Amino acid sequence: MIFLRALLTRLLTMAITLFGVAVVVFFLIRVVPGNPIAMMLPPGATEEDIARLQALYGFDKSLLQQFLIWSGDVLRGDFGTSISLRQPVSELVLGRLPATLELSLFALLIAIALGGLMAFLGTLYRHSAAEAAVDVTTGTALSVPDFLWALVLILLFGVLWPVFSISGRVSPSQAFEFTTDFYIIEAFLRLRFDVVAHLLSRSFMPALALAIPLAAIIAQLLKQSLKETMHLDYVTLARTKGYSETWVILREALPNAVLPTLTLIGVQFTFLIGGTVIIERLFSYEGLGNMAIDAVINRDLPLIQGIVILFAALFTVINLVVDMLYVVLNPKLRHA
Amino acid sequence: MTQFLDIRNLTLRLRGGPIILWSVSLRVTSGMVHGLVGESGAGKSMIGKAVLGTLPRAIEVMGGEVWLDGVDLLALPPRDRRRRIGETAALIPQDPLTALNPSKRVGPQITRRLIDILGWSKSEADQRARTLLDEVRIPDIPRVMRSYPHELSGGMRQRVLIASAFAAEPKLIVADEPTTALDVTVQKQILRLISEMRIRHGTALLFVTHDLGVVSKVCNSLSVLYAGRVVEEAQMPRFFMRPIHPYSRALLAATPTYLDPDGSLQPVPANVIEDVENENHHHALRAGYDV
Amino acid sequence: MRDARAHIRRPLGARLWLSGTWLSILALAAVFAPWVAPHDPLAQDLFLGRLPPFWMDGAEPGYWLGTDSLGRDVLSRMIHGARVALMVALVAGTLTCIIGASLGVLAGFYRGWSDRIISRLVDIWMAFPPVLFAILLIAVMGPGLVSIILAIVVIDWTRFARVIRAETLSQGAMDYVASAQIAGRTRFNTMIAEILPNILPTVVALLTLEMGIAVIVEAILSFVNLSISTDSPTWGGMIAEGRTSVHQAWWVLVFPLFTLFLTVLSFSQLGEGLKDRFDPVLR
Repeated sequence: MIFLRALLTRLLTMAITLFGVAVVVFFLIRVVPGNPIAMMLPPGATEEDIARLQALYGFDKSLLQQFLIWSGDVLRGDFGTSISLRQPVSELVLGRLPATLELSLFALLIAIALGGLMAFLGTLYRHSAAEAAVDVTTGTALSVPDFLWALVLILLFGVLWPVFSISGRVSPSQAFEFTTDFYIIEAFLRLRFDVVAHLLSRSFMPALALAIPLAAIIAQLLKQSLKETMHLDYVTLARTKGYSETWVILREALPNAVLPTLTLIGVQFTFLIGGTVIIERLFSYEGLGNMAIDAVINRDLPLIQGIVILFAALFTVINLVVDMLYVVLNPKLRHA
Repeated sequence: MTQFLDIRNLTLRLRGGPIILWSVSLRVTSGMVHGLVGESGAGKSMIGKAVLGTLPRAIEVMGGEVWLDGVDLLALPPRDRRRRIGETAALIPQDPLTALNPSKRVGPQITRRLIDILGWSKSEADQRARTLLDEVRIPDIPRVMRSYPHELSGGMRQRVLIASAFAAEPKLIVADEPTTALDVTVQKQILRLISEMRIRHGTALLFVTHDLGVVSKVCNSLSVLYAGRVVEEAQMPRFFMRPIHPYSRALLAATPTYLDPDGSLQPVPANVIEDVENENHHHALRAGYDV
Repeated sequence: MRDARAHIRRPLGARLWLSGTWLSILALAAVFAPWVAPHDPLAQDLFLGRLPPFWMDGAEPGYWLGTDSLGRDVLSRMIHGARVALMVALVAGTLTCIIGASLGVLAGFYRGWSDRIISRLVDIWMAFPPVLFAILLIAVMGPGLVSIILAIVVIDWTRFARVIRAETLSQGAMDYVASAQIAGRTRFNTMIAEILPNILPTVVALLTLEMGIAVIVEAILSFVNLSISTDSPTWGGMIAEGRTSVHQAWWVLVFPLFTLFLTVLSFSQLGEGLKDRFDPVLR
């Protein structure tokens, strides 16, 4: 019962947050100088043409009226029509979301693997030069944001030693016919592992750039929790039972040390997704973020609104899922 | 009688720092209980840790041998040492509240090592765990084995830990202040239980404690440790009748019910501590260490 | 334990020194840019296009780090770019810090309604992807130095508000605050005298961190062509140009990128170093 009530409260705050985001983005972009409609029409269009289009997109009504109409439509699932691409926003946005999700999840997996490995090595070789090396590496990785790592990767593995693609989600020569927008998952389910490998190698550079700062955070926090746990009596007891240090770290300490890191990964994952906006741009990756920048440059108001709301919804849902996961994974909370 | 545990001239120090254990020697005969007594900070826990291979990384072995069942542990590579210890020795830890892994059920915490390290089958290990939990008088064994540690009381957890220590029939058990963290009423039961289990299984016991009262109840012999040195080693009845070293006498005087019929507590006199400390300091200067 | 502490302390001093030195060099270069820079950063000379740096064949004396595709001197542009970068770092960082930290203290110390409103606003802000938010703001306000600074303040105040609110809450719960109150201090006095000194190390660390972030945000905005006008050189703009011609002239990308990398790293290391220096618990 308590769990259910907490869940309902969370859902309510989520709704308030999303509404706030909608208000901010709606009124913010309507202060934009420059008439988006005028930009769509060829030069020499008549005043009537402009007025007709404005009426079509509802720009002739008052701001408050526009907002009420728009939010009513949104609640029915209608995000309007993109001005620059002339397609329904929901279609466009949902068509690009899978690309961004696949990139973000790939980056998350890399971050967990890299960060976990660093934390493990730092714990195994604690109080030695190896741990100091881990600390310096993670400290540097953390201080520099994904944008710069992306440029460094482009330089190193795209130009100086060109082993990875630095442009686009799929090679133009790739003949595989996708029926969904989840390319990697689809190729995997259809057992075309050559295509999976191709897709992973194409998105490896952007994913790694996104992953490096998160990997550093995971490494630092997890190592700290692990080291604290390594002093506890049950860990000592496990050592006297004849288990190896690796086993002790992974099986005894890790399950108890991982919870704070898990909560952190949740919040940080939303930051990582926020980072895709510029990273997709850098790597010409056809995702939501790349589309968002184009939408801003083209003053495509309905599209901008749709994308921002979608990002906000994604972030709040992830936070909710992480909180629930936290309850499920912690035996003490589960029985309370 | 074989010396099952034989520590010879063990010297430990803090890495780059002072010596914390000065050439300590002690022997535990198989099937016997040896007490290791001293104030906190005397280094008695470090001896237990050295035997079980769980010394903190900040501590360095400067010299000595730790013979366990005919093998010098310190001469083994770490991997073999840990395996060897796991097969022949076990620990009853001090604080039952922190000595069980909070994220795992109690049953597997007893049986996993039998399966993982000693290669038992799962059903054998389960059967063994049930027998032992019965021996330590735990009620409703199936429920307890399915519980998480936080669902059990402190006394129950200590019983689980005792059962777990005896699970692989070790030849030596190190009990590190096993009753200090417990309620006074529970202490006595646990002490009795440890003695009972030890006799039933014929296990040698190294009993680390600061409490001479506990020693008088369970031990056959004892070593008195002061500031990193063994100041007296004695068989049981003799020690309580005729302690030799001044520190032992002071310690005994500070323990209720042994020397004073009225049970009043005598603090260890400051001059005795000073004497012993001077002696240590002297040793330190001679050895060229910075104290 | 004493030894362990000494072990940790030493590299701290080193990184404080290294980052401080680099940022000082940068500040001097920025202030004296017109005298230090060997060339006019805007002077184009198509006959001198894509000259390599001095150690390579075909280098032209005087153009130490080469030229870009329009024949502009890379080194001079970097030196002048430091002006924009440091200006944005200082002004945007400080403003963000003042506004965000004040709101954080307000929420954490006075709690109640102010806390509820500020926390809700932070939640809403956190649901925006920051880069998209920044680009959107610049699109609204139009490019320019003032727009960039305002955009950074509008987006990043939450970073200070969140952390400082939590810090103030935990400090406010401590006994020394309660005893100061019992001793008859007003709430405002308690805040100034008891809480502020204790959250200062965090504020300082966040401030330098924010300066590094401000430099990055400027670079990102330059990169998507939304920063200040194209005739003042910026690192971000140079990187954007360098990215397009990286196969023909890698140095146009590498030098500004390296400078930006080092600067961002220095700001964050400076913050960490200062925090440890100022932290009464560690000191």
